[in-house]
Amino acid sequence: MAKKNTKIKASSNGSHNQNGTSHQDISLSVQKTYKLYIGGKFPRTESGRYYKLKNSKGKFVANMCRGSRKDFRMAVVAARKAQSSWAGRTAYNRSQILYRIAEMLEGRKEQFITELVELGSTTTAAKKEVQLSIDRLVYYAGWADKYQQIFSSVNPVASSHFNFSILEPMGVVSAFAPEELGLLGLVSIIAPAICGGNSIIILADEKLATPAISFAEVIHTSDVPGGVINILTGLRSELKGHFSSHMDVNAIVYTGDDKQDIIDIEHNAVKNLKRVRVYDLDWYSEAAQSPYMIMDLQETKTTWHPIAHDMTGGGGAY
Amino acid sequence: MSSINFNTTWQYAPAPESTDHIALKEQYELFINNKFIKPKEGKYFETLNPSTGKKIASIAEAGEADVDAAVKAARNAYNKVWSKMSGKDRGKYIYRIARLLQERAREFAVIESMDGGKPIRESRDIDIPLAAAHFFYYAGWADKLEYAFPNRQPKSMGVAGQVIPWNFPLLMAAWKIAPALATGNTIVIKPAETTPLTALKLAELIQEADLPPGVVNIVTGAGQTGAAIVNHPDIDKIAFTGSTGVGKIIQNAIAGTRKKATLELGGKAANIILEDAAIDQAVEGIINGIYFNQGHVCCAGSRLFVQEGVYDEVIRKLKARMETLIVGDPLDKNTDIGAINSKSQLGTIERYIQSGIDEGAEMYQSSCELPKTKGYWCRPTLFTNTSQSHKIVKEEIFGPVLAVQSFRTVEEVIQKANNTPYGLSAGVWTDKGSKIFRLTNKLRAGVIWANTYNKFDPTAPFGGFKESGFGREGGLHGLAAYLKI
Repeated sequence: MAKKNTKIKASSNGSHNQNGTSHQDISLSVQKTYKLYIGGKFPRTESGRYYKLKNSKGKFVANMCRGSRKDFRMAVVAARKAQSSWAGRTAYNRSQILYRIAEMLEGRKEQFITELVELGSTTTAAKKEVQLSIDRLVYYAGWADKYQQIFSSVNPVASSHFNFSILEPMGVVSAFAPEELGLLGLVSIIAPAICGGNSIIILADEKLATPAISFAEVIHTSDVPGGVINILTGLRSELKGHFSSHMDVNAIVYTGDDKQDIIDIEHNAVKNLKRVRVYDLDWYSEAAQSPYMIMDLQETKTTWHPIAHDMTGGGGAY
Repeated sequence: MSSINFNTTWQYAPAPESTDHIALKEQYELFINNKFIKPKEGKYFETLNPSTGKKIASIAEAGEADVDAAVKAARNAYNKVWSKMSGKDRGKYIYRIARLLQERAREFAVIESMDGGKPIRESRDIDIPLAAAHFFYYAGWADKLEYAFPNRQPKSMGVAGQVIPWNFPLLMAAWKIAPALATGNTIVIKPAETTPLTALKLAELIQEADLPPGVVNIVTGAGQTGAAIVNHPDIDKIAFTGSTGVGKIIQNAIAGTRKKATLELGGKAANIILEDAAIDQAVEGIINGIYFNQGHVCCAGSRLFVQEGVYDEVIRKLKARMETLIVGDPLDKNTDIGAINSKSQLGTIERYIQSGIDEGAEMYQSSCELPKTKGYWCRPTLFTNTSQSHKIVKEEIFGPVLAVQSFRTVEEVIQKANNTPYGLSAGVWTDKGSKIFRLTNKLRAGVIWANTYNKFDPTAPFGGFKESGFGREGGLHGLAAYLKI
């Protein structure tokens, strides 16, 4: 079943059969057109541009959309629109949806292994990567309704007030997928962001872009509302300026250790005081998953309310 | 109820706090390695009493070489003493500071009001006690850090460079110093140039507490001194409270370095009055929200939103209440609104008031008399008939100027309240609990006061969303700013 997604037999209504020269044994593969994933839809890049994705041995894999500034801006609009209702879902619901993504990925394991191998991974490594990706989604599914309890506080103020601090998502996050592990790296960035109620626009790694767009299909069938996760393909060098300077993005996640990239992003982020998070992790490791990665994209909100017997309003100073 | 005329034969008799028991020197030096030392370039500036315009003392101006000496002292103290000391002992030192401050609280309050212009009632009842409480609170954390961050072994960062503003001089010093020390860092801190005195008095306490030399270094000066701290290569952590403009300069300056920053920046808070609010209490909250500390408050409730049904009543009562406010000698216990902190800040406020008039808003100022001194004074001011595009609605004024707008629906006010690059604080007034939570949930701000305003506590995290900065000060969350987790 899974195989049919990538190597579907030419069927009776396929163009090769129109002339009636069908052979029972010919199984010419139908190659997928890889597009972008914005606002729950799969558009081509508005720019009409593409780049050739070749695998580590130089073999052509696919034409990928070379996403543009405009694509990114459309994705931010979609992400902004989706964010508050996503954050407004119950933690239980977000937890179930993350778990649902894991379920969908489990069912399409073979496809992802094939794609990763096509990009140059060994079968063993690809199997491990897909398995860890599923596990990571389950891990964060479990955190969705727990991190708030661990990191919130009731504050024992020395006045007659009830005072508490809770976490709220930063909002719209732009991110770069790691330059290794096309599926696991991507999942490791997306999961903590959306677990905490953020929406995200993530740029797939240029050389590992096919599993990222296939993962969009998984998301698309997992009850994730459109716009919560947006996946672009394109060139990091071209898009990093837009990802870091857009005024309606609240936080940016950078993966890697390119000093100049980090300096440029941190300078651009100053424009609207975007929160900048830089990860340079071994994505296979335990250290690459933690509730602190959820926390990295949360704001703390402190609320005060008087307790009745001293309900003098704000007049304490007067 | 017709409004009461307070300018009748019923006058308050002056009730000034005595200045006899305070000890001030004519000249203050830099505090490095627990010693008061002269600045290398020999430059001094004056700190004035804003209620008289007269000089109080000469203050050393730290140049780059002085800042470098302070950072070296802090690094040395970090490497040799402070990072090796047990949390228990660090805590005991911080407890000492808290106690010494409590013992000399009245003296500090008087100096704070003299140097900064705030009413003695506020410095005495809020600033100084809260500063002491802050030290006391964080002292107890020093040996308990691993309980604050589950599954982690937090580590100190090193040398913290801290730059603080003039609106709550000692309290801001406490907010910066207490958590940094509790988490095992050493410090170079710069107080604001118009209000350095209580920080320098704190230096005396640090000597008396016998803190190891170099753990806390206090360098005075203006923007250039601050820049020298921010740009010093051996600083690990920057903590800044001040304007969003300067915060962005700092963030730009440290981009691409290993320095971590927390920024506590400007605000333009919405204070929202719903029709079902307890109106008299809300009026008190509006007054406290904007006129507390002459409006020199980053979280001031400077945008008032009143629901249409109660708009006329709220404005009428608000104006009547404004008439009762006494603008006067900061040291007088009857004073509600003291002196504006500096001549330059008064100029800024006056320009904003003029822009409000020019843009067509309707100004109301209380008719109170202003003191007849050469100090800097401003009447409590409000503007009605304002719109979202007015400068006085968009920009932080940092003075006793309130911009009022009305609204019809809760959805509308949420949209208006959030329509700002700032996100530090907000106020909500309603007697309906579910409405409170709807609003507090939707308002994009780090601190929300519901049926109260301008409350602070060492245990309560404080800090902004969006361009009001990042990181939190206070509470358990305030520890994270100074730790590698």
